[in-house]
Order: sequence, then C-alpha cells, then structure tokens
Amino acid sequence: MRLLNLFKIATKAIVLNKTRTLLTMLGIIIGVASVIAMLAIGEGSKESIRTTISAMGSNMITIKAGADTRGGVKQAASAMETLTLSDYEAIKSQSTLLSYSTPLVNGNGQIISGSNNWPSTIYGVNPEYLNIKVIDLQSGSMFTDVDVKSAAKVALIGQTVVENIFPDGQDPVGQMIRYNNIPFKVIGVLEEKGENTFGQDQDDVVIAPYTTVQKRILAIDHLNQIIASAINEEEAPNAVLEVSKILREQHKLTGNQDDDFYVQSMEELISTFSSTSEMLTILLVAVASISLLIGGIGIMNIMYVSVKERTKEIGLRMAVGAKGADILMQFLIEAILISITGGVLGVLLGLGSTVFIEKFLNWPTSVALYSIVISFAVCAVTGIFFGWYPARKASALDPITALRYE
Amino acid sequence: MSKAIIKIEDLKREFTMGNETVHALRGISFDIKEGEFVTIMGSSGSGKSTMLNILGCLDQPTSGNYDIDGVSVKDLSRNELATIRNEKIGFIFQSYNLLARTSAIENVELPLLYNSKVSTEERRKRAIEALQKVGLGERLHHTPAQLSGGQQQRVAIARSLVNNPVMILADEATGNLDTRTSYEIMSLFQELNKQGITITFVTHEPDIATFSSRTIVLKDGDIMQDYNNHNILSAASELAKLPKQDD
Ligand SMILES: Nc1ncnc2c1ncn2[C@@H]1O[C@H](COP(=O)(O)OP(=O)(O)O)[C@@H](O)[C@H]1O
Ligand SMILES: [Mg+2]
Repeated sequence: MRLLNLFKIATKAIVLNKTRTLLTMLGIIIGVASVIAMLAIGEGSKESIRTTISAMGSNMITIKAGADTRGGVKQAASAMETLTLSDYEAIKSQSTLLSYSTPLVNGNGQIISGSNNWPSTIYGVNPEYLNIKVIDLQSGSMFTDVDVKSAAKVALIGQTVVENIFPDGQDPVGQMIRYNNIPFKVIGVLEEKGENTFGQDQDDVVIAPYTTVQKRILAIDHLNQIIASAINEEEAPNAVLEVSKILREQHKLTGNQDDDFYVQSMEELISTFSSTSEMLTILLVAVASISLLIGGIGIMNIMYVSVKERTKEIGLRMAVGAKGADILMQFLIEAILISITGGVLGVLLGLGSTVFIEKFLNWPTSVALYSIVISFAVCAVTGIFFGWYPARKASALDPITALRYE
Repeated sequence: MSKAIIKIEDLKREFTMGNETVHALRGISFDIKEGEFVTIMGSSGSGKSTMLNILGCLDQPTSGNYDIDGVSVKDLSRNELATIRNEKIGFIFQSYNLLARTSAIENVELPLLYNSKVSTEERRKRAIEALQKVGLGERLHHTPAQLSGGQQQRVAIARSLVNNPVMILADEATGNLDTRTSYEIMSLFQELNKQGITITFVTHEPDIATFSSRTIVLKDGDIMQDYNNHNILSAASELAKLPKQDD
C-alpha cells in the first residue's frame, strides 16, 4: 500500500519533469541501444561465419603442408613440398573415419575462350571433391577416375567463369577453353554458391583432374593439400587425430619432432573465426558499457540536483509524516523508473537500429534474447546504484532545516 | 475541565553555534487543553518557532518533558516522531508550502499517503471533505499557481485537517496575507475551533491574538504572560467592519 503510494509519488515527479527526465534517460537509452545493436552485429557475424563454413562442408578436414600456422611463425605453405600422393594413398587406405578424400593442387591462371578471357583459380582434384565440398552440378557431369588416370584435359567451371567467358548465354558444356594456353573441354557447370563471409567468390573456380593440373599446368609432383570429409561431424576431431598419426608415420616423424603438416577440421576453423568475432563483440560491448556507465552517472547527477531543488518539498513531506525510509524509497524508485524506462526505450531503439543495419547496410545481425535481459538487469542495477546516494542524502535531511531551505 | 492535549514541563532548547550557546527556550511549562485556541505571541527571535517545532515533534527539546495526547515524546525515535506528526498533528506554515503543479486535492491527500491504514478511496473522500470545510469544494483540481494567497493557505489548512489531528499548529499562518484575507482565515480558524479542534497559533500581530481564547507571550525564551482572553472578538464581524476594498 505504502510502496504503491511512493510509486505514485515518484511517477508524478517524473511526469512533472518530462523534458529533464528524457534528457537524463538519453545516456541510458543510447547505452542500451548500442549494447543491443553491437551484440546483434557480433552475433550476426558469428552466425554467418558458421553458416558459410557449414556450407563449405562441416565435416571437412583440411591437410596442408607446413607447420601449424595458428600462432607461432608462419611458413608459406607453398614453400613446403612435404605432402605427396603417397601420403594421400596412405590416408585413403589406412583411415577408418573418412568417407571421402581427394588430393588438391591449385594454381592461378588465365582462361581464354574466343575473344573472352578471365583470370581464375584452377583446382586439381579427384571426383570425390564435389561430395566433400557439397557442390552440385548445374549441368553436364563430373569427370571420372578414368579421366584422372589419363590426365584428361577436361574441366568444370563455376558461374562467375561462365558469365565472363560465355557472356552471350551459350551452353558452356562441350565448349573448349584454354587455361594458361592448355586446351580443356568443359564437361560441366557448377551450381552457384555465392560469396562466403570472407568475401571470397566461391563461383570463380575451374575444376580439373589433379593429375592434369599437376603435370600439364603446374609441373609439380607434390600436393598443396589433401581434403577429406569425416564420416560425421562428431568424428571429425578423431579423424584429425587419425590422419595426423598416419602422416607422422608416413613422414617418419618420431618422439618430439614437430609435424611438418597440419590437419584442421572445420570445427576448429569455425572456432578460430568465432573467437575473432567474439573479441570484436567484447570490444563493442565494452564501448557500449562505458556509455551505459556515463548514463548512470547522468542519473546520479540529476538526482542530486533534484534532491537539492526539492529540499523544501522533502521537509514538508517529513513534516506531514514521511519517514526517512519513505523519502529514500521515493527517490530510489524515481531513479529506477528513469533508468528502466530509459532501458525500454533503449531496447526499442537498439532493435530499430538493428533492423536498419540489416536492411540498409546489409550486415548480418541477430538479436540475442540474453542481450535484452542483461540490458534490463544492468539498467535496474544502474538505477539502484546511482540513485542510492542521492536518495540517502534526501532521507537524512533534518525536517526543520529542509523546510527553511530556500 | 477537559483533558490536556499538551503538557510541557521546564522545557529547554539550546543551540550551539561554534562555542556560543543560544538559549532559545529557558525552561517553559504550560498545558494546552482540548478545544483551546491558543496564540503564542512575542517579538522576532523570542523563541516562538522553536516552541512550535517542538510541540509539532519536528524538533526535540534539550531538556524537560513534553507529553502530547498522553504520549511522552522525549525518548521517541525519528520514525516514531514521524508517525506522531502523521497521525496527531496538523501543520500550517507562513509560506503555505504546497507542492507546485499539484492539484489542491492531491496536496491535501499528502499526509494520508504516508498512512498505510487509509485506503485510496478513503483518502480521496477525506481530502474532498477537508477542502469543502475550508470553502474550496469548487477548486479541487486547481494548482497553487491558479489560486490566490488566501486560497492557497486554505488548501494548507485543509491539508492540516485531513488526518483528523488532535491539534493544529500554525506558524505565522497569516504572515503573508493582507488584513482582509488574514481575517477571513482567522474566521475559518474560529469556526474550526468551534467544531472542537484545538489550535496553537504563533503570531506577532496583537490583533490576531484577540481572536483566540488564550494568549502566551514569550520574550527571550521565557513566558512573559499567559492569560485567558475574556473578550474574544469574532473575526467575521471584524472583517465586516473593515473598510470596503476598492474593486
Ligand atoms: N537552528 C538554529 N540554530 C541556532 N540558533 C537558532 C536556531 N533556530 C533558532 N535559533 C535561535 O533561537 C532563537 C529563537 O528563534 P525562533 O524560535 O525562530 O524565534 P521566533 O520564531 O520567535 O522569531 C533566535 O535567537 C534564533 O536565532
Ligand atoms: Mg518564527
């Protein structure tokens, strides 16, 4: 009953000072809105990285030459020629946790067809590549193991290549193209995949048998990578261990000798990128929290002014029977109401900005419920924390002194 | 005789200012009985407000005894004093002390907001009754800025009545008003007194004292005179005798 009355008194004071209250809230509003928006951006980019990587094949395992590049000194993978076809064969024959695997060699070059030319990357792989990368064919067909054995000059091309080499809309399948002056017959077109989160165009590719690319284009014996897919996502970490073990035997590495290769599952890749974006999120939230803190100090400041201004009113309230606790609660409720109302407006503004960012800036966003809950909790705590001292000061006033105050 | 609402005995109040002690009240004793209309007179600085603040439980004496309505105030805590002010006392100030931008009815309701025994409907009902008693039944929703000085003081009087106090304490309640309005207010006080309300009224104007039943005169913290008024003037008839205001 009494609390309800104090609540009414506090609401009344807020309504009587609309403009000032709104200005006081501004700090909180901006603070909360930026926390919500920042977290939405952070969560959004994390999610989009996850979907991109999953689309690349979430069971995928990548084996590269060279030492682990995550931390420590990085050695250019291309400089290492430690990965060979016999490594691939060993993995293929010995592993139990892999469903598909392929050697991979890649190079850059110019594609020419008639008067059109276009620079693109060529990937030399075996037919299992499509299964690992989860790529569908739009038309034509994949090359076969026979083509790999004979180092056939056949290729599949992505949409970007199609657009640039065959701009007139003719069917590329069956056409001849030249890659670095080597003629290839186009036998298939890949389904469009679009850009990934890192801005890489996944359709700007040419795929050919690895033997063809090794011998006829790059003139190398080693492999750049071996990629494989684990039988399922759960087994991916074990598959990584298994492959490492096979390769250490292959490379005759003993005891504490370092690996001259590294094996990475997609999960690891996801966590690497997620942790980067997590760092970013923490930074953004830190900045936003500072503005929330400043908002809180704004409340404290205005509450002090308010207590001073209303000294006489406080004296009167005490004269007609208000206890110290009543005055304390009145001002505390006022501070909490300001901060929570600011919080509500801040959440709305934050959601609004998130929609704006998504729509007009095309950034991926995702509003996490926890960010709203936390914002509210922080607002309430801010109100109590920063409202406490001014309210305390008001409640400790001597009624006679307060009544005499001009 | 009727019962004593206030009993004070050898009441002293000293203020320490640095290493100097001000003796605002130097051992005062008197009783105020139910239904009395007492004016406390004296020149400025004689201790009237100090006296009234103690009677109103806003301040505690340095020494001496004070009983209000049978309760000894001496050893009460801050919170207990607040409860006594809330339930037993009605205060009226020289400068009205109404809440700005707040309607008359809400101003009058104020003391009841701090009394959890009074429901919202009861509070509203009592506030309206109090305002009707002071002749402002038609001005319930006016804010102080929309009322004259005399009307504002009437709102303050209604506020002092709303908790059915055992006593009303007024400190220079007519000090900010012209003679005509002062007499109107005094006539209201006389009416309330006739209805049985005990009033203690601080003033330094001798004509105001002639409307009360008893006058206590203070000087330098001591009682100079304490007499019953045998010729109580009616504020209403004195008001009629005043020269007409030019409109
Ligand atoms: N809070 C205080 N601190 C110091 N001296 C005070 C205080 N209140 C009153 N006094 C002194 O006590 C005396 C009586 O004051 P007061 O009761 O206000 O007089 P009155 O109301 O009759 O004009 C004065 O000398 C005044 O200066
Ligand atoms: Mg005085």
